[in-house]
Formats: sequence, C-alpha cells, structure tokens
Amino acid sequence: MLVLDLALKSLRNRAFSTSLTVGSIALSVALLIGVENVRVGMRDSFSNTISQTDLIVGAKGGTIQLLLYSVFGMGSPTNNLSWDTYREWAEHPAIEWTIPYGLGDSHRGFRVIGTNEDFYRRYRYRGGQAIALAEGRAGSEVFDVTLGADVAAELGYGLGDEVGVTHGIGAVGFLNHDHLPFEVAGILAKTFTPVDRAVYVTLEGIEAIHFGWEDGAPPMAGEEHTHEDVLAMEEIEITQVTSFFVGTTSRRDVLRLQREINDYEGEPMMAVIPGLALNEMWQGIGYAETGLRLVTIFVVLVGLLGMLVSLYTSLNERRREMAILRAVGAGPKSIVALLVLESVCLAAAGAICGLALVYVLLSAGQPIVEAQVGLFIPIRPPGSVEWLFLGAVVTAGFLMGFVPALKAYRTALHDGLAVRV
Amino acid sequence: MSLAIDVRRLRFRYGNGPWVLDIPEMALERGTRAFLFGPSGSGKTTLLGVLAGVLKPDEGEVNVLGRDLASLSGAQRDAFRAEHIGYVFQMFNLIPYLSVLDNITLPVRMNAKRRARLDGAGVKETAALLADHLQIGDLLKKPVTELSVGQQQRVAACRALMGSPEIIVADEPTSSLDFDRREAFLELLFAECERAGATLVFVSHDRTLEGMFSRTVPLPDINRAAL
Ligand SMILES: Nc1ncnc2c1ncn2[C@@H]1O[C@H](COP(=O)(O)OP(=O)(O)OP(=O)(O)O)[C@@H](O)[C@H]1O
Ligand SMILES: [Mg+2]
Repeated sequence: MLVLDLALKSLRNRAFSTSLTVGSIALSVALLIGVENVRVGMRDSFSNTISQTDLIVGAKGGTIQLLLYSVFGMGSPTNNLSWDTYREWAEHPAIEWTIPYGLGDSHRGFRVIGTNEDFYRRYRYRGGQAIALAEGRAGSEVFDVTLGADVAAELGYGLGDEVGVTHGIGAVGFLNHDHLPFEVAGILAKTFTPVDRAVYVTLEGIEAIHFGWEDGAPPMAGEEHTHEDVLAMEEIEITQVTSFFVGTTSRRDVLRLQREINDYEGEPMMAVIPGLALNEMWQGIGYAETGLRLVTIFVVLVGLLGMLVSLYTSLNERRREMAILRAVGAGPKSIVALLVLESVCLAAAGAICGLALVYVLLSAGQPIVEAQVGLFIPIRPPGSVEWLFLGAVVTAGFLMGFVPALKAYRTALHDGLAVRV
Repeated sequence: MSLAIDVRRLRFRYGNGPWVLDIPEMALERGTRAFLFGPSGSGKTTLLGVLAGVLKPDEGEVNVLGRDLASLSGAQRDAFRAEHIGYVFQMFNLIPYLSVLDNITLPVRMNAKRRARLDGAGVKETAALLADHLQIGDLLKKPVTELSVGQQQRVAACRALMGSPEIIVADEPTSSLDFDRREAFLELLFAECERAGATLVFVSHDRTLEGMFSRTVPLPDINRAAL
C-alpha cells in the first residue's frame, strides 16, 4: 500500500501539526465518551437509590411527587395515611415486609423521618446494600435520633448531642418543637444516597412532638409538653404514616398488589413501582441529557473541523508534492486517496487516543469522584455506544477528507505539472 | 527508425483561456537527445505536460511510443506515464517526507509494469547502482532536506531513470545549477540515457547548452500559438 505509506510518512513529517490535530480530536472524543460514562453512572446510581423495594405506597397524588418526598427527601407530602390502614396492608399475605415513613418535620434544613426498626433491617440501596451504623445504635426510644452521615458531618454532631426538631420542612421553621429535644443515639455510615441527608426518629417520637398540635397550631404558652409529660414508648399511640415501602413475598404479585392498593376504598391511596417511576423521572431529566450530548457532539465536530482546516491549509505547501506524485504516474484518484487516508488516519488516531484518555482519566478519577460526589462510574470495556461514537468520528473524518481531496483533485487535473506559486 | 514522439495538429489551452500550444507537427526519433528551447511563457512546460499525458490535448494527435495519448482516458494516460516516462522538474523535485532512497524508488513502487522492467534486479540494488552512476551513492539514507540543489537534481534524475523508461522528460533541470555543475549533470544524464536507450526531451531557455544535444527544437518556430 504505497498510498498508505505515503500518508503515514507525510503525517509524521508534519509531526507538530499532526499531534495538535490528533490531540484536539482526542480531547473532544474523550469529552464525548467521558460525558456518556458519567451519564450512565449517574443514571445507574440514580436508579439504585433504593433497591429491593417493590412498591412505595402513599396518599393519592402524583407518582413523581410520592417518589420525591419518600425517596429523595424533596417536596412535601399532601396527605397522610391512617395508621390503621397501614397496619391493614402490612398484614396483607402478599406483603413480606414494610417500612413506614412519617414525614413533615425538619432539623436545620435536613428532613426528619419517623420510622421504625424495619428501616434498619429492610432498607436496601445500590445493589442490595443495607443501612449500617457508623457509631452508636439505631434509635429506638421516643427521643432517640439517628443521623445520616452528612447531617452529622455538616452539623458537627456526636453521640449524646441534643437535637431540636422544627415543624415543617423549611430551613428555618419558626414553629419549633425545641421544648422536646432529641438525643443522638447513632450515626449512619455514608451511603451516597439521600439517606445521608436525613434525620431518623421513631414514629412514636414524631407523635410525641406533635402532642397538643392536633389542631395544627402549637400549644398555648405554658401548655407545652415536656419530656416528663410524654408517655413511655409503648403507651404512645401512632395515628398516621406518610408513606411506606413494601417488599412482596413474591415479585409476581407486585402488579396485582399495586392495582389492589390503587383500588382500595378505605382511603385514597396509591402505590408506585420505584424502578418504573425512577425511569419515568429520569426521562424527565432526559432533555438535559440530550442537550449535553448535543454539546459534546458539537465539540467533536469542532475538533474535526480543526483537522479539516489544517489539511486544507497544508494543501498549498503540498502542491509541489502533488505534482511530483502526478509526474511519477499517480492518478488524480491516488491524490484523493492520499488526502482522504490522511484525514481518516488523523480521525482514527484521535478517536483511539481519546478512548485511551477516557480510561486513564476514569481509572485515576474514579475513586476520587466516588469519595467526593458519591458517584460511582463503572470502568467497563468499550461498549456498543463507544464503538458507535468512534465509528462516527472516523466516518466523519473520512467524509471531511474529501473536502481538501477534491480541491487537490481539481488542481491535479487542470494544472498539469507547472506549479505556479 | 521508429519515432518516440510524433505530434500532429496539436492544440491545447488551459480551460477556456487562449491557445497555448498549436503545433502542426513535431517528431523525435528514438534515442534522440532533444533540446527544446523557447522564452518564458512560450509553452515549454505545457508541452511536456501534454507529452507526459498529464494534460489532455484539445485537438490533434500526440503519438508517444506509437500510442495516441489524445485517445486515451485519464487513467490510461496516468498508467502510460508511470510505465514509460521519467520526469525531472526544474527544482523541488523531491518529496520532503521521503528518504533519498524512497524518492528514487517511487516510480517502481507506483507502477507494477515499471517494476517489471527491472528485469528481476532488486529495487534497492538498482537504485543504489543508479545513485553510484550519478555520484550520489553515499546519500541514499539521508533526508532529502539535507541535500544541496545539485544533489537534489541528481536524485531526481535517478528517479526518472528508475526502471529504464523509454522517454526522459526534463524541464529546465539545470537552471538552478552553476555552469560547471550544469555540464557535469548533463554528462551524467546523457550517459544514463544512452545506457538505457532512452529518448531525452530537455527543456531550457539557456541556449549555451545547445551544443551538447543531438537535435534542437525551437518551440516558438513550431508553435503557432506563440505570441
Ligand atoms: N495551470 C495553468 N492554467 C492556466 N494557464 C497556465 C497554466 N500553466 C501555464 N499557463 C499559461 O500557459 C502559458 C505557457 O506556460 P508554460 O508554463 O508552459 O511556459 P514555459 O515556456 O514553461 O515558461 P517558463 O520558461 O517560464 O517555465 C503561459 O502563458 C502561462 O501563463
Ligand atoms: Mg516552464
């Protein structure tokens, strides 16, 4: 292959401009593939926020809304479910376990979640990992509180510290429950999920701080309850939950159970399948994804255009070379082949270097990103998406090569051997 | 004696420009060392382009080694040139990113028939032999950018002679050399053409060299398009 040999030697001869071109294509390709990897990592970690939960049940309302407040600690629930309804469903033969959630309070901007020991036993995230305690024990008394890792770290709390709870979920609620402070019993290990940013108390604890609030307003001055007024754990009557997570005995029952819950006549309620709902939510964010991808594709195009410019401008200096090749018998088609081949080689080298760069950056940056952001970006061998991108880049290089090549073709056909400068 | 070149009623112009060549007749016998001269702009390079099959004549016949180039397609003319013609430019004859050896062997790598003309001799050996004859045997490994102009022209001559083509076309190859080197270069070129039995068409506007050739062709006299 004389032409390939010529193309490679010619590129090597222009080492500086060649490496600049390859470098800029490599960077743009690395950006394209890197963004794709981060996107997949984000989607995976997003849909892994909870796992093994078959249904999330709450008062009737929006699917996404239910997901947001019970999984991501965002937005506020509109209605609660009665405790009796919850218990009725918890006893359902198709249901193996439940985790009840009582929401609506906060502590200095972090959500306070009332739950019970089932949370510590049953909650799973990212491929089935269970909640672990970094310090202390899982809170089980009325005024026990267990802190998510970020809460403890950001507020500087340790075991035994007192924690006040604010009614409502604003950052600074003005209706305080400070007369009934809680005590830190345990701190959870970091999960890189919204669990880290929540404060866990018992459902009884939630009831206790709302004694006297039954009408929705705080008790009159002097009528506030104090620790002494509050009954012992077993005497407190839980009246409501906001939502609950469900694990079924058999996954085949999930759809039927969901329908059954949605049709429940005792109270307006709904069940969502978290996997489906998470997907639906991700689709909603999909616009941003598409935008990001478009931007990176344009970056690659800019990189390739840089190559085009450098090949095109080099043509003038290379008219001599083309005339020599013509003189020794190269047809105009060989001239085209030479330039297209150079362009393809540049694009291919850029694509391969870009891919290599992604792996270098990934293996260096993966632990850092995981520790800092909690985003786990898996390192996998290049998949169909990567090959598709690389193929597209090389094809684009091939097509773009025709721009300088056709100019050289015309010159070769019409100029003869007199090279006028 | 058969004709190497036999041109009849040739007319050529670039695109729709004025006629550059209008040559009723021009014939060169095989083995001739022809000196083609004319002032600048008289169409010397253009005529060589037509003879080499790079440019397609608009009218007339251009018989080279018995083939009418005017009736061949572009690809056929390219193949013909690759096989039968060696070309030397005025200057900048060499491809800068190839070594001296690679520059010399370019024609036989480009065309299989030209390679077959080596008669079984190795490509490198032939190149080395030619380089020895032209007194550049010690330069084969050098990058071409390190050669003097005279050395470059001799490398170009080696390339043109590689694979013993029947016709060597040289477009003012000596104009950038001083007088002594000019004669030395020509003598080496003549010797090689003779050895290969090649016809030489040598273009120049420097008539001091005329005496060294067996035949002189004044282009303005035969070209009616000359202004
Ligand atoms: N590629 C081209 N396109 C258009 N016109 C051209 C082209 N090449 C040459 N010409 C014109 O054709 C005429 C003959 O040019 P040519 O190069 O053949 O002259 P020349 O005798 O070789 O001159 P010199 O001694 O300067 O090399 C000139 O008028 C020139 O301007
Ligand atoms: Mg000329």
